[in-house]
Amino acid sequence: MILDLGIVFGRVAFVMMFVLNLGGLLTWVERKQSAIMQDRIGANRASILGFRVMGLFHPLADAIKMLTKEDFRPARADRFLFALAPFVSVFFALVAFAAIPFGDTLRLADREIPLQAVTLNVGILYVFAMLSLGVYGVMMAGWSSANNYALLGGQRAAALMISAEIAIGASIMGVIMVYGSLDMQDIVRGQGHLLFGWLPAWGIVTQPLAFVLFVTAGIAATKRIPFDMPEGESEIIGYFVEYSGMKFGMFAMADFLETVVIAGLTTALFLGGWQVPWLLADGFHVPGGPVVALPHLAVVALQVGAFTVKVCLMIFVLMLIRWTLPRFRYDQAMRLGWLGLFPLSILNIVLTGAVLLLIGGRTP
Amino acid sequence: MRLGQRFYLREVVEGVVLTAGHFFRNMGRHLAHALGRTSARGAVTIQYPEERRPYSPRLRSLHRLVRREDGSPRCVACMMCETVCPARCIYIVAAEHPNPDIEKLPERFDIDLGKCVFCGYCVEACPEDAIRMDTGILEFSSYSRRGMIYTKEMLLSLEPAGTDGRPTSPVPIPANRTV
Repeated sequence: MILDLGIVFGRVAFVMMFVLNLGGLLTWVERKQSAIMQDRIGANRASILGFRVMGLFHPLADAIKMLTKEDFRPARADRFLFALAPFVSVFFALVAFAAIPFGDTLRLADREIPLQAVTLNVGILYVFAMLSLGVYGVMMAGWSSANNYALLGGQRAAALMISAEIAIGASIMGVIMVYGSLDMQDIVRGQGHLLFGWLPAWGIVTQPLAFVLFVTAGIAATKRIPFDMPEGESEIIGYFVEYSGMKFGMFAMADFLETVVIAGLTTALFLGGWQVPWLLADGFHVPGGPVVALPHLAVVALQVGAFTVKVCLMIFVLMLIRWTLPRFRYDQAMRLGWLGLFPLSILNIVLTGAVLLLIGGRTP
Repeated sequence: MRLGQRFYLREVVEGVVLTAGHFFRNMGRHLAHALGRTSARGAVTIQYPEERRPYSPRLRSLHRLVRREDGSPRCVACMMCETVCPARCIYIVAAEHPNPDIEKLPERFDIDLGKCVFCGYCVEACPEDAIRMDTGILEFSSYSRRGMIYTKEMLLSLEPAGTDGRPTSPVPIPANRTV
């Protein structure tokens, strides 16, 4: 009983640490990656006892700065909602990762431990529900600040979220049709099959159009440039204009956490999740080649490692896009969402259905 | 617009390839630098206090008052610099010089560096070559306005910059500096 509880706690703690640490590290990654892309060096001055460690202390310095700043609340703000909004933002960004599997089932002694914070048979719907709920924090912040610019930001966040979420949901439909399940773990397992005997049936192979649409809409869901309408630091400062100190920091953190979640989702749905090409439960099965047997623990470690590497790579790509593209205007983003992503994702559903009908069933 | 441009995806890919190219090229250079090839530089940044770009020999830096051989200022308090100064940051009080051939010397010679615009007119106006802006000192700051007023003694203590353009004398600290 105690052991069961401990295992559940361990699973949750692993996912929590994974997301929180990655999210915290992203402030450093963002600074350094953008700097190196732009032939600069990036923040490197924060030091402890003269050690700079490539600017890794900057997130720490940020946290200290945020925590010691004045926590300002406008006189006419709604006290309760104003304080609640950043927590809502961060909370839903954090819990969204729970249904994403980071490995296959781990067998220790006679126990079977699913490597996933919660095993849900509708995991994919849960993740999208949590992602959509996250925008309520932004809307609450915009409304409760008693500031017109903040209100505009909140309203834009709602509009952007609707256009992005519809595209996300519709582009996911193709994946669900191909792998025939709403359970994230089943979808990832389905991606372990081989097409033509050598090509892993990852989502990016079976659903290339959905991949592009999902990543685009996913970037919009993170509210970062090029889709930073809610913030729009070059026009309205956005929903957090009245926030200071750690509450502001939590909004910034929620953006990073959402980046991690979108990267995790893309990995799970399109990049094979924890699948390593040709690695089955008992070892590598190189197509037309030898079988390299591996112990169970090594396989699980490889799978968790593969998931982590894929998430980090996806984060790298998301950051690359964020620091490459100029931002969209509000109407351009809306047009892209409703006249670009949405019809294309419907087209993807139709095409997927037609192909599935032609080959008479599910691909893998 | 071409169809490809309107679709935007190709342009996005092109842009990302460009920035990714910069990223990986610079990462390679950083790595080569860390492995000992110090000529490899992954960034154009000059890390300012430790690294400096070379200054031009014509650079106008902090003023200094040139001394005679006996250590007294070469200045004869003719007020030319005070008159020509567009920022009106020079304040001179003249006094009798013991040598009748020289006639005058500055009893006070204050420059309010908080007002100075570093135009160098005072240097050009000086008939005695008594004020120069060649110390190479650029970093003088203060928490108060009074701390930016440099007196005759402070300006007399300064030396010209070395051949490398670096300062050879320390930045004088005003006696009335509050912090």
